[in-house]
Amino acid sequence: MVCPLGKKRVVRSKVGAPSASYRLAVISRVLAAIFAGYLLAALTSICAAQWLPMPRAEAVVTGMMLSFLAYLVAVLWCFACRTAWQAWVGLLLPSALLGAGFAVGRWLL
Amino acid sequence: MKEGFRQAMAWLHTWIGLLFGWLLFAIFLTGTMSYFDAEISHWSQPEIPLRPLDSGASVELAQGYLQQHANAASRWFIGLPDERAPALSVMWQNPGKPGERGTFVRKLLDPQTGAEVQARKSLGGEFFYRFHFQLQMPYPWGRWLSTAAAMVMFVALISGIIIHKKIFKEFFTFRPRKGQRSWLDGHNALGVLILPFHLMITYSSLVIFMSMVMPVSILTSYGKDTQAFFNDLFPAANAAKAAGSPATLAPLRPMLAVAGEQWQGGRVGRLVVNNPGDANASVSFYRHGGDRVVHTPGTGLLFNGVTGELESESALHAAPLVIAGSFYGLHMGHFAGPLLRWLYFLCGIGGTAMIGTGLVMWLKKRSLKHAQTGVLPFELKLVQVLNIASMSGLMIAVASFFWANRLLSTGFAERSGWEVNVFFISWGVTLLHALVRPGRSAWREQLGLGSLLFVGIPVINALTSDYGLTVSIPQGDWAMAGVDLTSLAVGVFLGWAALKTFVGVGLPAIAVGQTKRVKPIAGKPAPTAHEVH
Repeated sequence: MVCPLGKKRVVRSKVGAPSASYRLAVISRVLAAIFAGYLLAALTSICAAQWLPMPRAEAVVTGMMLSFLAYLVAVLWCFACRTAWQAWVGLLLPSALLGAGFAVGRWLL
Repeated sequence: MKEGFRQAMAWLHTWIGLLFGWLLFAIFLTGTMSYFDAEISHWSQPEIPLRPLDSGASVELAQGYLQQHANAASRWFIGLPDERAPALSVMWQNPGKPGERGTFVRKLLDPQTGAEVQARKSLGGEFFYRFHFQLQMPYPWGRWLSTAAAMVMFVALISGIIIHKKIFKEFFTFRPRKGQRSWLDGHNALGVLILPFHLMITYSSLVIFMSMVMPVSILTSYGKDTQAFFNDLFPAANAAKAAGSPATLAPLRPMLAVAGEQWQGGRVGRLVVNNPGDANASVSFYRHGGDRVVHTPGTGLLFNGVTGELESESALHAAPLVIAGSFYGLHMGHFAGPLLRWLYFLCGIGGTAMIGTGLVMWLKKRSLKHAQTGVLPFELKLVQVLNIASMSGLMIAVASFFWANRLLSTGFAERSGWEVNVFFISWGVTLLHALVRPGRSAWREQLGLGSLLFVGIPVINALTSDYGLTVSIPQGDWAMAGVDLTSLAVGVFLGWAALKTFVGVGLPAIAVGQTKRVKPIAGKPAPTAHEVH
């Protein structure tokens, strides 16, 4: 059976208290969820505002409404993936892609 | 679905539910009360008389009053009375010094006579409404914190759904008087039964504050001119500057009639007069929130203030704006009639109870281990104290607010602020009480006191004012009577809950005995993932 937050959970049951590395991994996931999650959500909103074929105000509102769904998925991902590193990579990679897409659309096209 | 994924979601649900549960309980409780904010305000300012509604006469009286008292103001705001809020409210903004916003003055008028109503100072329902999203913190921190709590609630809801393999089967599973299991079943039933309400209310709270918490796309699309975004959204808000040459303001009553025709019988909620007495005067009429679901601030009818002619109508048509406005409107529930309003209220109670059962369950599960000694380790004691103060303590604080409203002298200048102080002081005292008393006694004493205070609300109302149940019911003043009767019902419920603490709900030692009895009856081999809470 896969343990909730990666293999480190096993250490807990042996020693009785969570190990320091387990705690660090949890903190890392929490930080990824809050900050990298917000970054991904914000980038989703600005890409939607830029790319959606609608009048400006409508595209902005749609982007903002979508951003919370992106945030939700990002947070769930941070705690569903196997390791804390995966949480960061899984959010920063799509963020970088969205950021690059936004930059290309804004300054190159 | 993989078992590991579900367990990870259970872990997430459990811990964010614990950390934000106390705050979310308070947000949900005060939000639920806010569906009856106008009724609570009516209860807390009973001096405002109930009059037959006549918006034409009200507008005329308001114009007369404002021309007499606020002729030099830069803007007038007139709020018309409706069946929920009986007062005719007038507000004006004094012209500010260059670069500064002018100050606002607000008065409540009797819609029959046009005289100022000398009502006791009280925030009433406005206090609970403001607390619901500002949390008594300075701007904008309270709004940010409550929106963050909403995002956490959103994650908790979705992870909660994921945990449940058999969402419908479990809904029909309720095992009463089975300790831990009953709490879990209740938590699940409350969650699933009104799941659409939970999802709507949580997501819409994010939409309401989206331009505050997720503003980057406004900046990238509009640059520094963020005001242009709001002007695109709310076109009627653009008002012309004063010309500086005086002109007589046209009578407002005929404009009201035109507005009624334009909206085919729709009601006018409020109107704004820009630059009254100036050649560039304009009057905006905004529709009553009860007329439709979609919340469209700033859309309305614009009249020329000197000629009295209708100049333009602004409305929302673009789909994304209508969707956002619908979420806003659904959250606020201004459109809801009495039946739907009660349904909103009951759903709100359901949400509050779901959060409360979750908090209780977290502690019960973990205190089982300490049943032998009966002594909780520090972290569990901390959770217990916060559970007690955030739930039964908050109920005591709410009831104290109502008591303060009737007991503080009506002439006391600072009374409105002191009602709020009494609320927070009594909440603080319940926290201290929960700290020094053993858990079960603290629950019992606070629930018992809360029960007495709530049952006492109609009593103190009848004793200290002329608006007790024996008066309000024959008069048909159902807002006044409704607050009294609801308080009575809440008091009875809290009393029942206090009695339950005598028969072993919440006591570790008995909870152990119960689980031993329960297992063979329920016939379940081992707790499955969805029970990992």
